[in-house]
Amino acid sequence: MTLLDAVGVSKHFAGIIALDNVSLDVDEGEIVGLIGPNGAGKTTLFNCLLGLLKPDGGKITFDGRNLTRVATYRRARLGIGRTFQRIELFAGMTPREHFLVAERVRNGRGALWKDLLYLGRPTAAEQAAAQEMLELLGLEAAADSPIESVSLGVGRLVEVGRALMIKPKLLLLDEPSSGLDRRETAELAQKLLTVQREEHIAILLVEHDIELVREMVSRVFVLDFGTVIASGSVDSVFADDAVRRAYLGDAV
Amino acid sequence: MDKLLGALVDGVAFGCVYALLAVGLTLAYKTSGVFNIAFGVQAFVSGAIYYQLHIYNGWGILPSFVIAVLIVAPLLGIVLDRFLFRYLRTASPISRLIVALGLLVAIPQIVLLKFDETDAVNPTGIVPHGLVTYHIFGAVLNRDDLMIIACAALVAIGLALLFRYTALGIRMRAVVESPRMAELAGTDSDRISTMAWILSSLVAGLAGVLLPTVTSGVSDIYYTTLLTAAIAAVVFASLTSIPLAFIGAILLGVIQELLNRYLPTNSLLAQELRPSLPFVVLFLILILSPALRNRREATDPLAGVDPPPPAPAARVRSRELTITTRTLGVVAGLGIGYYVFFHGNDSVVGQATQIAIYSVIFCSIVVITGIGGQVSFAQATFAGIGGFASAQLASNAGMSVLLTIVCAGLLAAVIGALLAVPALRLGGIFLTLATYAFALFFDNVIVSLSWVSGGIFPVVAPRPQLGMIDFANDRAYLALCIVVLVIVGTIVVLVRNGTTGRYLTAVQGSETAAAAVGINPTRARIVAFALSAGIAGVGGALLVSQEGHAGKADFAAQIGLFWLVLVVTLGPRTVEGAIQAAIGFVLFQSRVLTDWLPWIINHVQPFLHVNALPLAVATIFFGLGAVTYARHPEGILEANKTKSLAWVQRRIDAVKNRAERRPENPAPTEQPETVP
Repeated sequence: MTLLDAVGVSKHFAGIIALDNVSLDVDEGEIVGLIGPNGAGKTTLFNCLLGLLKPDGGKITFDGRNLTRVATYRRARLGIGRTFQRIELFAGMTPREHFLVAERVRNGRGALWKDLLYLGRPTAAEQAAAQEMLELLGLEAAADSPIESVSLGVGRLVEVGRALMIKPKLLLLDEPSSGLDRRETAELAQKLLTVQREEHIAILLVEHDIELVREMVSRVFVLDFGTVIASGSVDSVFADDAVRRAYLGDAV
Repeated sequence: MDKLLGALVDGVAFGCVYALLAVGLTLAYKTSGVFNIAFGVQAFVSGAIYYQLHIYNGWGILPSFVIAVLIVAPLLGIVLDRFLFRYLRTASPISRLIVALGLLVAIPQIVLLKFDETDAVNPTGIVPHGLVTYHIFGAVLNRDDLMIIACAALVAIGLALLFRYTALGIRMRAVVESPRMAELAGTDSDRISTMAWILSSLVAGLAGVLLPTVTSGVSDIYYTTLLTAAIAAVVFASLTSIPLAFIGAILLGVIQELLNRYLPTNSLLAQELRPSLPFVVLFLILILSPALRNRREATDPLAGVDPPPPAPAARVRSRELTITTRTLGVVAGLGIGYYVFFHGNDSVVGQATQIAIYSVIFCSIVVITGIGGQVSFAQATFAGIGGFASAQLASNAGMSVLLTIVCAGLLAAVIGALLAVPALRLGGIFLTLATYAFALFFDNVIVSLSWVSGGIFPVVAPRPQLGMIDFANDRAYLALCIVVLVIVGTIVVLVRNGTTGRYLTAVQGSETAAAAVGINPTRARIVAFALSAGIAGVGGALLVSQEGHAGKADFAAQIGLFWLVLVVTLGPRTVEGAIQAAIGFVLFQSRVLTDWLPWIINHVQPFLHVNALPLAVATIFFGLGAVTYARHPEGILEANKTKSLAWVQRRIDAVKNRAERRPENPAPTEQPETVP
């Protein structure tokens, strides 16, 4: 069943056509790749899906719901989790606290009057959920150190964990491998696949690392100059002439 | 037609006054990254020196001008750069603003130690026979006015050309963006930064000697008022464009002059809108301009080179340490309480009450700045809203005073939330400016209304009464204030450790990431704003009830700036920080300067006998204290507390080790990995 369905999404920036009539769909529990050369419009599409940008045309539905007028934070509550290309962590918090905050949002227990009645502290259930996520991602060692002191690889895992804490139906990953070395990338992919299988989460993966894409996704969309130039299984797409031209130039 | 033309020419002339300041402020922000709210004060320094030399000492125009503008002003710029802002280049724009705020508070008091501003009337400009008038298109302008127009135009054109056509202009902007990156590209950031400060200080100096002919007096208040009016033009230019700042300032002058001429002088609109026009304009530009929406200051791409800020002391302490320090705190508190209640005389009780009340008010700054990460210039205004509301309700509506205190808090919270809704779309410094515009608008318009401040006579604010207890008794009132402080302090701690506090930390850490997990950043901030305003309102109500009346000047915006500087310097993140700031604020004025410091001075040396030190010393001391903010954003007391707590912890560990009779077995020190 289709989980995310973007139909005919367009976005212009002062005369530049960043997205032109782009359609993309992700099924429940499926891993879909989104690739394309730099400047193809991947990030713009991502931001449209998340509500950070408002598309000029087209329609985006998620789980049967029209997202057009839904604010970013509400999309998260509907079940769209995300990570960032340049990692965005909460300064002054430990990885454990990152997970606790996300868990609290999911429980929807954030009211001022509850804080005043001493109900604001993390509950035992929340602590257990955070601990479980730390163990799942192998972050126990860094669990209580300040986030400023962790390495980029750990930071990416914290981002993934934070996104998973909201129990998303769809996880949007924006170049998770950027800044990681081979080994870290492989580990990250492994953990993502495990979680995805266990929780039956759909993933939309924007990635430059073709190896990682091959390893993880079942279908892929190729974006170039704001339009989808090819889509389908990984092998068929890489055999496509248009894709080869977009990536390697006309000479091939 | 002639009347209109005359109004336009007059408006342009007055706009040029704003233009000098607006262009200078834009220049300072563009080249140093500091929203130099002390720019007007820099101008005041030159203005005061010029007046001192030219009028009091009878020097000629030229030597006075050379010393005031060409020597002292750039020197001040060099000092500010070399000893202060150079070290703040990678600090957040907010910390630089706080430091500038400290200077705004301290510098005038330093000047006033030597310069008598009450006698500084009938200043003359920098051209001979400045009062000779000319008729130009139906307007009457004198030579001083023409000089201001010429200087403003020359400065604006010169600077616009500098940034457009010279390498120096581009380098100055590069150094602001990222000093390290500029150095990597082969620019000497220190030298460029010094030149930038010299340049903007020269403009400040020039403005300083020119403006007194318009204000017909030399007082720091005139300069600061004109500067805050000019901020509207600076924001009109998005803080970056010098030509736009110039145009904005001229427009402001023209609109003000047109309102002057064409509004009936006796209408309510005319009386209230005219003086407050710049603040209304500033507020409207801030909340309506799409260009400013969600604008963030540029961040230094090499900022990651700096180590992360230290964690607040509370986060790293062990259980034993908590027990030890809490026990000590409770014992000390009970001891002092016992002394004050049973042995203190009336003045001691009064000061203790003030400390409790100011602690409540300062807790509001802890909520908004320490927990919410926003800087509000309107905290005195919220306290004022609470104070006036409580006094009016009690003396005119006959409400029970305790109830009015609650109402005061609620009213301030509602107004805070209403202000926050449009203002919070703005980031960082623009939000602060919006609160400032609100505070100044309140000062200039709302406070004068008789149903607010009672007009000429202050509103009477009675003491509360509860059953048999009459809080007109000072000791009973002190007890009441302490109870309120305990309640407010508990609320602050619960909120900080609760969901709201953690959401706010998350939003401060990364707004996009917070939204990505489903936190509504706007809602979190509005809650912080409203809570903070409410606490300030309760504090204001307590304050007027202690004083017995609420007057016009009791809650001026400038007072709020001083509070902010004080709390932020000492420790903005904790309730203890707020209490310590209150102790400092009250005791410094009532004890330290009058008794303690003179006693020490008179006892350590026999030559100089001191009776009491001027109050200005406290202002200078705390204002300059803000300079430490950039090094210790967690507050200087907090920083020292971290150090001393570490010492106590070592003592505890030593005792524990001895008690356990085990060989010392230090935990392996973990080497934290660093973010690349």
